[in-house]
Amino acid sequence: MSLAEPMDPNRVGDLPIEGGEAPGRGLGGPAPVRIVVGYGFWIFILSDMVMFSAFFAAYAVLAGATAGGPTAKQIFDLNNVAIETGCLLASSFACGMASLAAGARNPLWFHVSMAATFVLGAIFLGLELKEFAGLAAQGAGPQRSAFLSAFFTLVGCHGAHITAGLAWLLTMSAQVVAKGFRADIMRRILCFTLFWHALDIIWVAIFTIVYLIGAGR
Amino acid sequence: MSEAHHDAAPGPEDLAPGEERLDGSGVAHGVRGYLIGLVLAAGLTAASFYFAGSGLIYGPAIPAALVALAVAQMGVHLVFFLHLTTGSDNTNNILALAFGILIVTLVIVGSLWIMANLNHNMVPMSRVMQMQR
Repeated sequence: MSLAEPMDPNRVGDLPIEGGEAPGRGLGGPAPVRIVVGYGFWIFILSDMVMFSAFFAAYAVLAGATAGGPTAKQIFDLNNVAIETGCLLASSFACGMASLAAGARNPLWFHVSMAATFVLGAIFLGLELKEFAGLAAQGAGPQRSAFLSAFFTLVGCHGAHITAGLAWLLTMSAQVVAKGFRADIMRRILCFTLFWHALDIIWVAIFTIVYLIGAGR
Repeated sequence: MSEAHHDAAPGPEDLAPGEERLDGSGVAHGVRGYLIGLVLAAGLTAASFYFAGSGLIYGPAIPAALVALAVAQMGVHLVFFLHLTTGSDNTNNILALAFGILIVTLVIVGSLWIMANLNHNMVPMSRVMQMQR
Protein backbone atom coordinates (compact mmCIF):
# COMPACT_ATOMS: atom_id res chain seq x y z
CA MET A 1 0.00 0.00 0.00
CA SER A 2 3.01 2.24 0.62
CA LEU A 3 3.88 3.12 -2.97
CA ALA A 4 0.34 2.78 -4.29
CA GLU A 5 -0.77 5.30 -6.86
CA PRO A 6 -3.33 7.89 -5.69
CA MET A 7 -6.60 6.12 -5.17
CA ASP A 8 -9.61 6.74 -7.36
CA PRO A 9 -12.08 8.55 -5.05
CA ASN A 10 -14.98 6.88 -6.85
CA ARG A 11 -13.57 3.39 -6.60
CA VAL A 12 -16.31 0.83 -6.02
CA GLY A 13 -15.59 -1.99 -3.62
CA ASP A 14 -14.90 -2.76 0.00
CA LEU A 15 -11.61 -1.56 1.43
CA PRO A 16 -11.07 -1.09 5.15
CA ILE A 17 -10.16 2.46 6.14
CA GLU A 18 -8.82 3.52 9.49
CA GLY A 19 -10.97 5.82 11.52
CA GLY A 20 -13.88 7.94 10.41
CA GLU A 21 -17.09 6.89 8.77
CA ALA A 22 -17.44 5.13 5.46
CA PRO A 23 -17.66 7.76 2.72
CA GLY A 24 -20.61 6.07 0.99
CA ARG A 25 -18.80 4.76 -2.08
CA GLY A 26 -18.38 1.18 -0.97
CA LEU A 27 -15.18 2.17 0.82
CA GLY A 28 -14.93 0.85 4.36
CA GLY A 29 -18.36 -0.75 4.42
CA PRO A 30 -21.89 0.51 3.98
CA ALA A 31 -22.68 4.23 3.93
CA PRO A 32 -24.12 5.96 7.01
CA VAL A 33 -27.88 5.61 7.46
CA ARG A 34 -28.40 9.31 6.65
CA ILE A 35 -26.96 8.84 3.16
CA VAL A 36 -28.78 5.56 2.52
CA VAL A 37 -32.13 7.06 3.55
CA GLY A 38 -31.62 10.28 1.60
CA TYR A 39 -30.47 8.41 -1.48
CA GLY A 40 -33.39 5.99 -1.32
CA PHE A 41 -35.81 8.90 -1.09
CA TRP A 42 -34.01 10.61 -3.99
CA ILE A 43 -34.67 7.46 -6.09
CA PHE A 44 -38.35 7.66 -5.08
CA ILE A 45 -38.52 11.32 -6.13
CA LEU A 46 -36.94 10.54 -9.49
CA SER A 47 -39.44 7.72 -10.06
CA ASP A 48 -42.21 10.16 -9.12
CA MET A 49 -40.86 12.49 -11.81
CA VAL A 50 -40.94 9.61 -14.30
CA MET A 51 -44.63 9.13 -13.40
CA PHE A 52 -45.26 12.85 -13.91
CA SER A 53 -43.48 12.67 -17.26
CA ALA A 54 -46.15 10.19 -18.43
CA PHE A 55 -48.88 12.68 -17.42
CA PHE A 56 -46.97 15.49 -19.18
CA ALA A 57 -46.70 13.36 -22.32
CA ALA A 58 -50.45 12.60 -22.17
CA TYR A 59 -51.23 16.30 -21.74
CA ALA A 60 -48.92 17.36 -24.57
CA VAL A 61 -50.51 14.81 -26.92
CA LEU A 62 -54.09 15.70 -25.93
CA ALA A 63 -53.71 19.49 -25.53
CA GLY A 64 -55.49 20.13 -28.83
CA ALA A 65 -58.22 17.50 -28.36
CA THR A 66 -60.88 19.89 -27.04
CA ALA A 67 -63.88 18.10 -28.62
CA GLY A 68 -65.53 21.44 -29.35
CA GLY A 69 -65.20 22.45 -25.69
CA PRO A 70 -63.20 25.33 -24.20
CA THR A 71 -59.55 25.65 -25.25
CA ALA A 72 -56.60 26.34 -22.97
CA LYS A 73 -56.58 29.97 -24.07
CA GLN A 74 -60.20 30.49 -22.96
CA ILE A 75 -60.04 29.00 -19.47
CA PHE A 76 -56.61 29.82 -18.00
CA ASP A 77 -56.20 32.87 -15.74
CA LEU A 78 -52.48 33.67 -15.82
CA ASN A 79 -52.69 36.16 -12.92
CA ASN A 80 -53.93 33.37 -10.68
CA VAL A 81 -51.11 31.12 -11.93
CA ALA A 82 -48.52 33.84 -11.26
CA ILE A 83 -49.70 34.17 -7.64
CA GLU A 84 -49.66 30.37 -7.22
CA THR A 85 -46.12 30.25 -8.63
CA GLY A 86 -44.92 32.98 -6.28
CA CYS A 87 -46.45 31.23 -3.27
CA LEU A 88 -44.85 27.89 -4.11
CA LEU A 89 -41.42 29.43 -4.77
CA ALA A 90 -41.52 31.37 -1.48
CA SER A 91 -42.70 28.19 0.25
CA SER A 92 -39.72 26.30 -1.17
CA PHE A 93 -37.39 29.03 0.12
CA ALA A 94 -39.00 28.91 3.58
CA CYS A 95 -38.56 25.13 3.55
CA GLY A 96 -34.85 25.66 2.86
CA MET A 97 -34.70 28.01 5.86
CA ALA A 98 -36.36 25.31 7.96
CA SER A 99 -33.71 22.76 6.96
CA LEU A 100 -30.93 25.24 7.83
CA ALA A 101 -32.64 25.87 11.20
CA ALA A 102 -32.84 22.13 11.83
CA GLY A 103 -29.14 21.86 10.97
CA ALA A 104 -28.41 24.64 13.49
CA ARG A 105 -30.73 22.93 16.07
CA ASN A 106 -32.75 26.13 16.46
CA PRO A 107 -36.37 25.20 17.33
CA LEU A 108 -37.86 28.72 17.11
CA TRP A 109 -36.41 29.44 13.67
CA PHE A 110 -37.41 25.93 12.54
CA HIS A 111 -41.05 26.25 13.59
CA VAL A 112 -41.44 29.78 12.17
CA SER A 113 -39.99 28.62 8.82
CA MET A 114 -42.16 25.50 8.75
CA ALA A 115 -45.25 27.63 9.55
CA ALA A 116 -44.36 29.98 6.65
CA THR A 117 -43.86 26.96 4.38
CA PHE A 118 -47.27 25.60 5.41
CA VAL A 119 -49.17 28.88 5.00
CA LEU A 120 -47.70 29.56 1.54
CA GLY A 121 -48.35 25.97 0.45
CA ALA A 122 -51.93 26.18 1.76
CA ILE A 123 -52.52 29.44 -0.18
CA PHE A 124 -51.26 27.68 -3.31
CA LEU A 125 -53.60 24.74 -2.73
CA GLY A 126 -56.56 27.05 -2.02
CA LEU A 127 -55.99 28.99 -5.27
CA GLU A 128 -55.74 25.74 -7.22
CA LEU A 129 -58.94 24.34 -5.72
CA LYS A 130 -60.71 27.65 -6.46
CA GLU A 131 -59.56 27.38 -10.09
CA PHE A 132 -60.75 23.76 -10.33
CA ALA A 133 -64.14 24.62 -8.79
CA GLY A 134 -64.54 27.55 -11.17
CA LEU A 135 -63.78 25.37 -14.19
CA ALA A 136 -66.19 22.66 -13.06
CA ALA A 137 -68.89 25.30 -12.46
CA GLN A 138 -68.61 26.62 -16.03
CA GLY A 139 -68.94 23.13 -17.48
CA ALA A 140 -65.22 22.65 -18.09
CA GLY A 141 -64.76 19.68 -15.77
CA PRO A 142 -62.52 16.69 -16.51
CA GLN A 143 -65.35 14.87 -18.35
CA ARG A 144 -65.73 17.64 -20.97
CA SER A 145 -62.82 16.77 -23.31
CA ALA A 146 -59.61 14.77 -23.53
CA PHE A 147 -57.69 18.04 -23.09
CA LEU A 148 -59.47 18.78 -19.79
CA SER A 149 -59.10 15.16 -18.60
CA ALA A 150 -55.35 15.38 -19.15
CA PHE A 151 -55.23 18.84 -17.53
CA PHE A 152 -57.06 17.78 -14.36
CA THR A 153 -55.02 14.57 -14.10
CA LEU A 154 -51.66 16.33 -14.38
CA VAL A 155 -52.35 19.44 -12.28
CA GLY A 156 -54.57 17.50 -9.86
CA CYS A 157 -51.83 14.93 -9.29
CA HIS A 158 -49.43 17.75 -8.39
CA GLY A 159 -52.09 19.21 -6.08
CA ALA A 160 -52.51 15.82 -4.40
CA HIS A 161 -48.75 15.70 -3.80
CA ILE A 162 -48.92 19.20 -2.26
CA THR A 163 -51.77 18.05 0.02
CA ALA A 164 -49.74 15.05 1.16
CA GLY A 165 -46.71 17.32 1.62
CA LEU A 166 -48.69 19.69 3.86
CA ALA A 167 -49.82 16.78 6.04
CA TRP A 168 -46.21 15.56 6.22
CA LEU A 169 -45.04 19.08 7.13
CA LEU A 170 -47.39 19.22 10.14
CA THR A 171 -46.22 15.76 11.18
CA MET A 172 -42.58 16.87 11.09
CA SER A 173 -43.28 20.00 13.16
CA ALA A 174 -45.14 17.89 15.71
CA GLN A 175 -42.32 15.33 15.83
CA VAL A 176 -39.72 18.04 16.43
CA VAL A 177 -41.87 19.38 19.28
CA ALA A 178 -42.29 15.92 20.78
CA LYS A 179 -38.87 14.39 20.14
CA GLY A 180 -36.47 17.22 19.29
CA PHE A 181 -33.79 17.13 16.58
CA ARG A 182 -32.97 13.43 16.96
CA ALA A 183 -30.98 11.71 14.22
CA ASP A 184 -34.01 9.84 12.89
CA ILE A 185 -36.14 13.02 12.92
CA MET A 186 -33.35 14.84 11.03
CA ARG A 187 -33.45 12.15 8.33
CA ARG A 188 -37.21 12.62 7.98
CA ILE A 189 -36.75 16.39 7.72
CA LEU A 190 -34.16 15.81 4.97
CA CYS A 191 -36.62 13.64 3.04
CA PHE A 192 -39.42 16.17 3.52
CA THR A 193 -37.31 19.06 2.18
CA LEU A 194 -36.33 16.92 -0.83
CA PHE A 195 -40.02 16.21 -1.47
CA TRP A 196 -41.07 19.85 -1.15
CA HIS A 197 -38.30 21.22 -3.42
CA ALA A 198 -39.07 18.49 -5.99
CA LEU A 199 -42.74 19.56 -6.07
CA ASP A 200 -41.63 23.10 -6.89
CA ILE A 201 -39.49 21.76 -9.75
CA ILE A 202 -42.52 19.91 -11.15
CA TRP A 203 -44.60 23.08 -10.82
CA VAL A 204 -42.04 24.94 -12.99
CA ALA A 205 -42.75 22.43 -15.75
CA ILE A 206 -46.52 22.73 -15.19
CA PHE A 207 -46.74 26.51 -15.33
CA THR A 208 -44.55 26.56 -18.42
CA ILE A 209 -46.03 23.70 -20.46
CA VAL A 210 -49.65 23.75 -19.31
CA TYR A 211 -50.37 27.39 -18.56
CA LEU A 212 -47.95 29.68 -20.42
CA ILE A 213 -47.56 27.64 -23.63
CA GLY A 214 -51.22 26.54 -23.43
CA ALA A 215 -52.53 30.10 -23.11
CA GLY A 216 -50.37 31.23 -26.03
CA ARG A 217 -51.53 28.50 -28.37
CA MET B 1 1.86 2.60 7.36
CA SER B 2 -0.68 4.95 8.83
CA GLU B 3 0.90 7.63 6.64
CA ALA B 4 0.13 5.56 3.54
CA HIS B 5 -3.43 5.07 4.68
CA HIS B 6 -3.73 8.78 5.16
CA ASP B 7 -2.58 9.33 1.56
CA ALA B 8 -5.22 6.88 0.40
CA ALA B 9 -7.91 8.67 2.42
CA PRO B 10 -11.16 8.57 0.50
CA GLY B 11 -11.79 12.29 0.70
CA PRO B 12 -14.94 13.80 2.19
CA GLU B 13 -17.75 11.40 2.80
CA ASP B 14 -20.68 11.37 0.39
CA LEU B 15 -23.51 13.83 0.78
CA ALA B 16 -27.11 12.73 0.92
CA PRO B 17 -29.24 14.38 -1.78
CA GLY B 18 -30.47 17.78 -0.64
CA GLU B 19 -27.66 18.03 1.89
CA GLU B 20 -25.12 20.82 1.83
CA ARG B 21 -21.64 20.75 3.32
CA LEU B 22 -21.31 23.89 5.45
CA ASP B 23 -17.71 23.87 6.59
CA GLY B 24 -16.87 26.64 9.00
CA SER B 25 -18.75 29.41 7.23
CA GLY B 26 -21.94 27.92 8.64
CA VAL B 27 -25.46 29.21 8.53
CA ALA B 28 -24.87 32.59 6.88
CA HIS B 29 -23.33 30.81 3.90
CA GLY B 30 -26.36 28.49 3.73
CA VAL B 31 -28.85 31.37 3.80
CA ARG B 32 -26.88 33.15 1.08
CA GLY B 33 -27.16 30.10 -1.20
CA TYR B 34 -30.93 29.92 -0.77
CA LEU B 35 -31.25 33.69 -1.34
CA ILE B 36 -29.27 33.50 -4.60
CA GLY B 37 -31.49 30.62 -5.68
CA LEU B 38 -34.64 32.52 -4.77
CA VAL B 39 -33.58 35.64 -6.71
CA LEU B 40 -32.53 33.64 -9.81
CA ALA B 41 -35.68 31.50 -9.78
CA ALA B 42 -37.94 34.54 -9.30
CA GLY B 43 -36.16 36.34 -12.15
CA LEU B 44 -36.54 33.38 -14.52
CA THR B 45 -40.22 32.98 -13.55
CA ALA B 46 -40.87 36.67 -14.14
CA ALA B 47 -39.12 36.45 -17.50
CA SER B 48 -41.29 33.44 -18.46
CA PHE B 49 -44.54 35.21 -17.62
CA TYR B 50 -43.36 38.42 -19.31
CA PHE B 51 -42.20 36.81 -22.57
CA ALA B 52 -45.35 34.66 -22.78
CA GLY B 53 -47.53 37.76 -22.88
CA SER B 54 -45.39 40.31 -24.72
CA GLY B 55 -44.63 40.54 -28.41
CA LEU B 56 -40.94 40.84 -27.63
CA ILE B 57 -40.13 37.36 -28.97
CA TYR B 58 -41.07 36.17 -32.47
CA GLY B 59 -44.38 34.33 -31.96
CA PRO B 60 -43.54 30.79 -33.12
CA ALA B 61 -40.33 30.86 -31.04
CA ILE B 62 -42.11 31.60 -27.75
CA PRO B 63 -42.66 27.92 -26.71
CA ALA B 64 -38.97 27.14 -27.27
CA ALA B 65 -37.96 30.23 -25.26
CA LEU B 66 -40.31 29.27 -22.43
CA VAL B 67 -38.98 25.71 -22.33
CA ALA B 68 -35.40 27.04 -22.22
CA LEU B 69 -36.30 29.34 -19.31
CA ALA B 70 -38.02 26.44 -17.49
CA VAL B 71 -35.00 24.16 -17.91
CA ALA B 72 -32.76 26.95 -16.60
CA GLN B 73 -35.04 27.43 -13.58
CA MET B 74 -35.07 23.69 -12.83
CA GLY B 75 -31.27 23.84 -12.92
CA VAL B 76 -31.32 26.73 -10.43
CA HIS B 77 -33.60 24.72 -8.12
CA LEU B 78 -31.35 21.65 -8.35
CA VAL B 79 -28.18 23.62 -7.61
CA PHE B 80 -29.32 26.13 -4.98
CA PHE B 81 -32.21 24.31 -3.25
CA LEU B 82 -31.20 20.66 -3.62
CA HIS B 83 -27.45 21.45 -3.47
CA LEU B 84 -26.43 19.10 -6.27
CA THR B 85 -22.81 19.68 -7.26
CA THR B 86 -20.32 18.06 -9.59
CA GLY B 87 -18.09 17.08 -6.67
CA SER B 88 -17.12 13.47 -6.04
CA ASP B 89 -19.24 13.51 -2.86
CA ASN B 90 -22.31 13.95 -5.11
CA THR B 91 -21.51 11.42 -7.85
CA ASN B 92 -24.20 8.93 -6.84
CA ASN B 93 -26.89 11.61 -6.65
CA ILE B 94 -25.95 13.03 -10.06
CA LEU B 95 -25.88 9.60 -11.70
CA ALA B 96 -29.38 8.81 -10.39
CA LEU B 97 -30.58 12.21 -11.64
CA ALA B 98 -29.01 11.62 -15.05
CA PHE B 99 -30.83 8.30 -15.36
CA GLY B 100 -34.09 9.98 -14.31
CA ILE B 101 -33.63 12.69 -16.94
CA LEU B 102 -32.96 10.01 -19.58
CA ILE B 103 -36.21 8.17 -18.79
CA VAL B 104 -38.26 11.40 -18.60
CA THR B 105 -36.87 12.52 -21.97
CA LEU B 106 -37.57 9.13 -23.57
CA VAL B 107 -41.16 9.11 -22.29
CA ILE B 108 -42.01 12.68 -23.33
CA VAL B 109 -40.12 12.94 -26.63
CA GLY B 110 -41.03 9.36 -27.58
CA SER B 111 -44.74 9.90 -26.92
CA LEU B 112 -44.86 13.15 -28.84
CA TRP B 113 -42.90 11.70 -31.76
CA ILE B 114 -45.00 8.53 -32.05
CA MET B 115 -48.34 10.30 -31.61
CA ALA B 116 -47.44 12.99 -34.16
CA ASN B 117 -46.50 10.25 -36.63
CA LEU B 118 -49.75 8.35 -36.04
CA ASN B 119 -51.70 11.57 -36.45
CA HIS B 120 -49.88 12.28 -39.68
CA ASN B 121 -50.50 8.79 -41.12
CA MET B 122 -54.11 8.51 -40.01
CA VAL B 123 -56.87 8.60 -42.59
CA PRO B 124 -58.81 11.86 -42.09
CA MET B 125 -62.00 11.37 -40.10
CA SER B 126 -64.17 12.71 -42.95
CA ARG B 127 -62.86 10.01 -45.29
CA VAL B 128 -63.44 7.31 -42.65
CA MET B 129 -67.09 8.39 -42.52
CA GLN B 130 -67.37 8.09 -46.31
CA MET B 131 -65.78 4.62 -46.30
CA GLN B 132 -68.26 3.40 -43.71
CA ARG B 133 -71.22 4.60 -45.74
